[in-house]
Amino acid sequence: MNLFTNTVGRKILMAVTGLLLIAFITVHLIGNLTVFAGPDSINAYAKALHDLGPLVWLFRLGMLALFAVHITFGIQLYMENKAATPDPYAIEKTLVTSFSAKTMLYTGLIILAFLLYHLLHFTVQVTNPAISAVNLPLDAASRPDVYSMMVLSFQKVFISLIYIVAMVALLLHLAHGISSWVQTLGWSTGPSQDKVISIGKVLAIVYGLAYIAIPLLILARIVK
Amino acid sequence: MDLTLHVWRQKGPEDTGKLETYKAKNVSPDQSFLEMLDELNDDLIKTGQDPIAFDHDCREGICGMCSQVINGRPHGQQELTTVCQLHMREFADGDEIFIEPWRARAFPILRDLIVDRTALDVIMQAGGYTSCHTGGVADGNTLLISKPVADYAMDAAACIGCGACVAACPNSSAMLFASAKVAQLAVLPQGKPEARRRVLAMTEANLSEGFGNCTNHYECEAACPKGISVKFIAKLNREYLKSMIPSAME
Amino acid sequence: MILDGRAPTGPIETSWDKHRFDMKLVNPSNKRKFKILVVGTGLAGGAAAASLGELGYNVEAFCYQDSARRAHSIAAQGGINAAKSYPNDGDSIYRLFYDTVKGGDYRAREADVWRLAQVSNNIIDQCVAQGVPFARDYAGYLDNRSFGGAQVSRTFYARGQTGQQLLLGAYSALSRQIKNGSVKMFARREMLDLVVVDGVAKGITCRNLITGEIESYWGDAVILATGGFVNVFYLSTNAMGCSVTAKWRATKKGALMANPCYTQIHPTCIPQHGDKQSKLTLMSESLRNDGRVWVPKKAEDCARHPGEIAEDDRDYFLERKYPSYGNLAPRDIASRAAKEQCDDGRGVGESKRGVFLDFQASIDRLGQSTIEERYGNLFDMYYKITAENGYERPMRIYPAPHYSMGGLWVDYECMSNIPGLFVLGEANFSVHGANRLGASALMQGLADGYFVIPYTIAPYLASLTPGQVKTDHDAFKESTENIRAEMDKLLSIKGKKTVGELHRELGNVMWEDVGMARSEASLKHALKRIPEIRDEFWNNVNVTGGALELNQQLENAWRLADFIEFAEMMATDALHREESCGGHFRVEHQTDDGEAMRNDEDFCYVAAWEFKGVDKAPELHKEPLKFENVKLAVRSYK
Repeated sequence: MNLFTNTVGRKILMAVTGLLLIAFITVHLIGNLTVFAGPDSINAYAKALHDLGPLVWLFRLGMLALFAVHITFGIQLYMENKAATPDPYAIEKTLVTSFSAKTMLYTGLIILAFLLYHLLHFTVQVTNPAISAVNLPLDAASRPDVYSMMVLSFQKVFISLIYIVAMVALLLHLAHGISSWVQTLGWSTGPSQDKVISIGKVLAIVYGLAYIAIPLLILARIVK
Repeated sequence: MDLTLHVWRQKGPEDTGKLETYKAKNVSPDQSFLEMLDELNDDLIKTGQDPIAFDHDCREGICGMCSQVINGRPHGQQELTTVCQLHMREFADGDEIFIEPWRARAFPILRDLIVDRTALDVIMQAGGYTSCHTGGVADGNTLLISKPVADYAMDAAACIGCGACVAACPNSSAMLFASAKVAQLAVLPQGKPEARRRVLAMTEANLSEGFGNCTNHYECEAACPKGISVKFIAKLNREYLKSMIPSAME
Repeated sequence: MILDGRAPTGPIETSWDKHRFDMKLVNPSNKRKFKILVVGTGLAGGAAAASLGELGYNVEAFCYQDSARRAHSIAAQGGINAAKSYPNDGDSIYRLFYDTVKGGDYRAREADVWRLAQVSNNIIDQCVAQGVPFARDYAGYLDNRSFGGAQVSRTFYARGQTGQQLLLGAYSALSRQIKNGSVKMFARREMLDLVVVDGVAKGITCRNLITGEIESYWGDAVILATGGFVNVFYLSTNAMGCSVTAKWRATKKGALMANPCYTQIHPTCIPQHGDKQSKLTLMSESLRNDGRVWVPKKAEDCARHPGEIAEDDRDYFLERKYPSYGNLAPRDIASRAAKEQCDDGRGVGESKRGVFLDFQASIDRLGQSTIEERYGNLFDMYYKITAENGYERPMRIYPAPHYSMGGLWVDYECMSNIPGLFVLGEANFSVHGANRLGASALMQGLADGYFVIPYTIAPYLASLTPGQVKTDHDAFKESTENIRAEMDKLLSIKGKKTVGELHRELGNVMWEDVGMARSEASLKHALKRIPEIRDEFWNNVNVTGGALELNQQLENAWRLADFIEFAEMMATDALHREESCGGHFRVEHQTDDGEAMRNDEDFCYVAAWEFKGVDKAPELHKEPLKFENVKLAVRSYK
């Protein structure tokens, strides 16, 4: 199947997996924003997710596959492109491309590193055991107190910084990624191209700021 | 006006090259950029130096032979203009100008500013045609083609194959070049029967010839002297997706 | 010697059909045993290589550019004629034939022109099948326009890039054959010798322009499709690499050069500015459909802004002199008229060598947007070169050398007097006579390549055993040694003048003395000056660099050496032709009001010149022309 070897095939795989990952971060974001509605909301949300049982694992495997494809081909494309490009020009000038487009690999790798940390932090809960939900008392409804875990974590400057930096990387990654899949899946038609790019950037900023708001507002003690 | 030129000099494909500095004196603003180089070459010959080798032919912006990166921009700073149509009035007295060849692994440097663009021909050979026989074709008006479709095909067909898109692409991808032909032939009834095979063959050739992958930087469109739009790359992507559908289901 | 073009006799309407049937065929299984060399990959060469490869012949194609897609056919803007008569305006094959013979001022071979007109329709079909995006109307039908003085709309076009699109069509067909393995492509090769064995063309000697190696290629037939020679004027609308070299090398091996004095000077070019210019840029003559050509009536007005010159003080000289054709008068006539006005001191622009092409009336009538839609790319081009806005003030135009009607002599089957050497497109002399009409160069190139040579090469090949002479033959060795010696000689002169300077000198002489208006005195002056330039070239040129490397100075020097020798033959032809016809205007032969005066009594023949050696006068051979279908008449566009 040339989907995995063809230059456009792999580009489409990147776009489709990217799109599904965007769907994931959308749902994840909506879920996480419930933190602003207070402990009851987010703890209920966490419990509901947890109660899905085997479905959670199915979902996790799916996510793993998506990430594997997105990362593998992302790195492969980068390596090939590097090999196709010789020494730079004496004067390097680009006209329309963006910082975010040029740094996709790096922001991607930052997000990957963050993802591992994030899993260790909130899922496996080994980075800061003292303030992990497993070691915290259950909440009033006898649910793991995810809310407290988040608040206690993000009150630590170091942890918040990690999250904020990672979310800036995500913002940049999305700033190119969102509009890019419209082009890659062949939906852009020329005149609409500029609008698509702008909308992509606006959306990226919305995602980025919304995600950043969680650690930032907690760190600023606005959410307690 | 007087200018300082930094020109890439390289003896052959295996040699290492470097930028050499030259002075161009008494340049007339009405001269074309290549005429300025002609004159510099005459001066170099008279002072016993090697003239600068550069590709050029029609000098009216259509053959696609000229290929220089001027101050970091393929074909120079004037939009929708090839080097041969760039005039010195676009520069100011005392300017420093950097002149380099197209840079891409798929375009080995042959000498100075001349590169080998055979790889683009190979992409065309992979499928940039309709397999019609000489003679034995239908009357030109048998298949009607609406004006918007004909215009779209013409927009794509305007590519002059200079390779500026590759030179500008941070990935040295030739996707804009390939897409222009894929898109042109995909919308015309004469090209449709082979559209599936064509898009696969031409995109495969893109990689096998050593070009990079397209990651939607759109630098190609900005550098193209003929204004070929990246919408044709979107069209190519669409054609590729269509090619995944088994023909029985179409 | 009296030459015989071997044109078919009998009714013209069936001449090509009958001839096609009469010609021998090559057995399909034998075709791959024959190797055919095609030099040049423009419309004629590209189409020929693709078509012959498709038929099953073993083809090797050569071009000096880096790709087969770049030949100068690509620069033709206006369009391509065909006798389809889609607009129902009275066109027919016969009318296209008639117009072409008349437009060529009765100096072409009738049967060749008929064939061209007949296959013109096939060309359009072929190009459409290749995906050439010709202009269409809203109903989806092919669109036509009137062009270059034709009174019917028979020109098909693809925006302002018809030549490019047709060439890309031929290039795509060629690419397909390269992929199939039937054509092998050799780019960046310059043909420097024709290898002739026992009087028969058997191969070529080339220089590999990248490595500098001298290479031999054998073929059972050699096809030259190497374009025109007007770069002999230095400044022309041709590409910088266009040269006479391949044709001249064939001439030096015995091929006859026919009518070299017929050169077309195109009226709508951007005037020269300064003395540093390297080429002239042509704008499509379709501009004359909506532009009015004028100069000030009074010489003192010439320096004024055109907008300040009152309507009454303007001389619309084409409309005045040729009321029925007006601004659409044929190229030779329009060019000469512009020159006359400038000679009269009423030229405009810095150099005073220019006339106005004014769109104001059309903008008033149709609106600027319509004019933009029709000619936008030309106005942009004009602006890039002159920094003047053609919508706001009239453009300035001046004639420039553009096309050579003359070329190697060929018979009806496109074979030269050397058996096995075929010549196609602009490189041959055949169909345009003394003047070419607009939109017919593309037609001829493709006609020769797609629909003539695939048939006419067969009888020749059928008469021989394939592969009898290969590159191990002594003739190849001898040719290679000669070329190497010539190369060493060029590189060893190390004089004081650059190739560019000497080319400019030659160009000046040719333009002043053998240009738009020629006289006995000017031609004799040229014949005195050219050998002087030749001597200076061979004693004082400075060709830098080495033999075995990419060396553009050497390439140019070689081309110039051939131009200089050829220039002498061209001037000789112009001097001998004591008449004015088409692109050849002798000031001694004009009517009282300055119109060209043909002399059918004494000059109704093709002048084919045999090279006798450098410094020796060439020998004239004649092919008498018979006009049985189009009556000889004075060409009038009044």
